[in-house]
Parts: sequence; C-alpha cells; structure tokens
Amino acid sequence: MPPSDNTDPRLLLLSPGDSVLVLRERIEAGETVMVEGLAVTVPEALALGHKIARVDLAEGEQVLKYGAPIGRASRAIAKGDHVHTHNLRSDYTPTHQRGGALAGEVA
Amino acid sequence: MMRGYLRSDGRKGIRNLIAVAYLVECAHHVARRIAEADPERAHVIGFPGCFPNPYAQKMMERLCTHPNVGAVVLVSLGCESFDRAALERVVRASDRPLRVVVIQGEGGTRSSIAAGRAFVEEQGPLLEAAETVPMAVSDLVVGTVCGGSDGTSGITGNPAAGIAFDRLVAEGAACIFEETGELIGCEGIMEARAATPALGTEIRASVEKAARYYAALGYGSFAAGNADGGLTTIEEKSLGAYMKSGQSRISGLIKPGDIPPKGGLYLMDVVPDGEVRFGFPNISDNAEIVEMMASGALCTLFVTGRGSVVGSALAPVVKIAANPVMYARMEEDMDVNAGRILTGGATLAEVGEEIYRTVIGLAEGRRTKSEELGHQEFILTYKSFEPIGPACLPV
Repeated sequence: MPPSDNTDPRLLLLSPGDSVLVLRERIEAGETVMVEGLAVTVPEALALGHKIARVDLAEGEQVLKYGAPIGRASRAIAKGDHVHTHNLRSDYTPTHQRGGALAGEVA
Repeated sequence: MMRGYLRSDGRKGIRNLIAVAYLVECAHHVARRIAEADPERAHVIGFPGCFPNPYAQKMMERLCTHPNVGAVVLVSLGCESFDRAALERVVRASDRPLRVVVIQGEGGTRSSIAAGRAFVEEQGPLLEAAETVPMAVSDLVVGTVCGGSDGTSGITGNPAAGIAFDRLVAEGAACIFEETGELIGCEGIMEARAATPALGTEIRASVEKAARYYAALGYGSFAAGNADGGLTTIEEKSLGAYMKSGQSRISGLIKPGDIPPKGGLYLMDVVPDGEVRFGFPNISDNAEIVEMMASGALCTLFVTGRGSVVGSALAPVVKIAANPVMYARMEEDMDVNAGRILTGGATLAEVGEEIYRTVIGLAEGRRTKSEELGHQEFILTYKSFEPIGPACLPV
C-alpha cells in the first residue's frame, strides 16, 4: 500500500505502525523524494528493498517493520534517513558484512 | 492429471530416479562417473565423512528410499566407517533394485565404474517404462526455503509462497518450512499458531535453541549479500522468511528425516541439539533442501531475491524470483516472477496461485528450470539430534 498521498509512490508502507518505508524501486543519488510530507534529498543511491525512516527515531528506540521489531536504532535517525547497518542493530546476533561492503552500494 | 510412482511404503514419487550414493568422499569420483551414464536419471548423493554419524546414517537411509527414487547404487570405498550394511538392509526392505559397488572389492576405479554403469544402463529403461498411478494433492509433501534473500523476499516471493502453502495445506498436502535460525524473533507469533499449547512451547524452545546456537558461533544466519540487498538484522530477515509459512495452523515440529504423519503445516527444527559441535547447522542452502527431502519433500519452493541458481539432486526445486530487477537479469534460472507484485504486474494472490499451479505441474510431467539446466546440488555434513518430544506431533 502507498503510505499516503504526500509520499513518493516508490516507497512502500508494510504495516501501519512501522517506522520504515521500503523502496520498491531504486532511487538515485541527489533525487528528492517526498516522505510523508517531508522533502528529502537522498545523498547516495539506494537499491530496491532498502529502507527509509518514516519518523524520527532516538538512539535505542525499537525499529518496526511488518508491524514487528527488527532491532534498535544504534544512533539517532532522522525522518528520511537511510536505515541500515550504520544506524540499526539486532537485538539478537550482530550483523556481519564482508570487508568494505557499504550498505546500498550493490544494485 | 497428476500421476506418481507408488512405492512399497505407500508414498508416491513425482520422479523415478536412480540415487547413486557415495558413502565416503573417497568414493565420490567413482559415483560421479557412474551417474554420467544417465545424467538425467542418475543423481549423485552422498556423505563425505569417514567418521560415523547417526544423523548422516538416517539421512542417507531416508534419501535412498525417497519416493522420487526408483533404484539405488551404493558406492563404498570399503574401509569407511559408514554402516553400509544397515543402509543396504533399509534399501532392500523397500523393494528397490540395488547394486552395491565396493571399490576395494571390485578391483579399483575402472571396474567399479563399469559395474555401476551396467546397473544404471539396465535400470534406466525399466524406470522409464514403470507404471504410474493417479496422485492427489494430499499425496504431496512440499518444502520451502529462501536463499540469497534481500529486501524484496519478504514482500513478494515469501508471502506468495505462503499463499501457495495455505492452499496446498487446505487440500491435504504436508508442507514443511524451516530454518529456526532464520525465524529468530518470530517465536511468539509461531507459538500462537501451534495446534496445541504444548506444541507452541516446543516451537518457542526450538527458536530459542537456534538463537543460543548461533550466538555461540558468533554469526547469525545472515550473509553479506543479505545486507547488500537491504536487510539489516537477523530479525528483519526472519520476519521475511516467516512469510513463507502462510497462515495455516502449525500441525507439528519435526527434525530432519522425520516424515510428517499426515497433511498439514510443519516446522522443521534444523539446529542440532546439545552443545555446539561440528560447526554451522546448515552451511549453505542445499543442506536445508536435503533435510526436507529426507522428510519426504517431493519438491521444494525456493524464494530468492539476490538470485540463487541452485536446484537439487532427487527432488525438483521451483525457483521464485522475489526481485523484479534480478528476474530481468536471471530469467533463465527462474520459474516464477514474484517481482511482478512490486512492479504492479500481478497481485500476491495471483502469484500464489501460479506457484500452486507450478507445483501441481511437476506431477503432470512438467520440469523446472533448474532440472532443465541439469542442477543436481547436494550437501550433507555432520550433525547430532535428539528425537522429538511427544508434544511435537499432537494427534
């Protein structure tokens, strides 16, 4: 479902209480997208399947997707920010990434 | 019209294959050369280790008597620890034609290959001409796995597979979902779906065991490519993976090699019992497919976002592309394009129906892309399990 009229149609809201929107298409660096009424310029290209914050999140706050917790903000996250390994951590086991790989760099 | 091969235990297969099973890595080459005599029909499976392992023994017994298997070649070096005699007894008791090739007794590599090939060449036409019987959806056992997951898997392919599962279960099939290590965070929701409260408690405990096991190993069941594809944490990946299970009541909790006693939805506990031993529970996706086959899965639904190309020995794998960009790039390996859900080309319900039809088609003579491409991956490693408790399969 599209989250609301003032949100880019490429952003998908999976459950009403979620803190993130999911990209249904790639968004290029420098594009400006509407996130629930806020115009956000995306600093780096974001691939299909990545997440953008729908609300401001304080450090330590639970992040919800599918209406369920997927971890906690490891630092403050602003509405419109890319949400990934740099600012979200698991409540179970830490996420391992191969050396040098940056979130969002692969199409 | 669905048709299958009726086996002596009453189960029906959708393929009539020859399992060429090596009982130690030292016999692998000979097994491979034997299977080359009939690459479509003769599939290589095996266990590489020379130390005995009751889990591997049970898995090999189940796989050599899998409903899709019509004849068996056992390839032994001769001095390995694997209990060949016990496996032979199980295969003979199932009435399947069997040839045992012991390399040290046959006279070496060449004579062993020749002996095995003679059997494969003799069995091929017989298996081809074998009678089939009508098959119903309630004869089906279907597994599901996801691999190479990304941020699209949990939105398109997995929930569509869940819809197909719901329909299969409603029509009496046994459906198996698994990887408790990839259901971490979903224990509460699954507990509530259990057929009985005692089963719910067992399900919760199985996920807690998985979380402990992976914590001890220091890694979650989470690959670097998952993060590249937009997944951040194991619980996020889990929620996506969980969607494959659909909405049905969970009828039971089984372990690898346990055969579902009747139709319904079953969770497979794949994480070993006891202290951490032998390394990671399932070192790659095919290990999970093999375990579901050992529990009788005639085919497996495989949802992938990043783009896995694997198939399997013995049982067809239906590849469901979750990501439309990947589908456009890798269509030659994909049976179903669930990415259409994101691009507006189809609804979840429509893709779920397509997956259901694809499964039925496998029993009507159609083949998957991975079968056409000759994929026959197989992997089996060391594990140890305790038997399931009485609450795991409520009557």
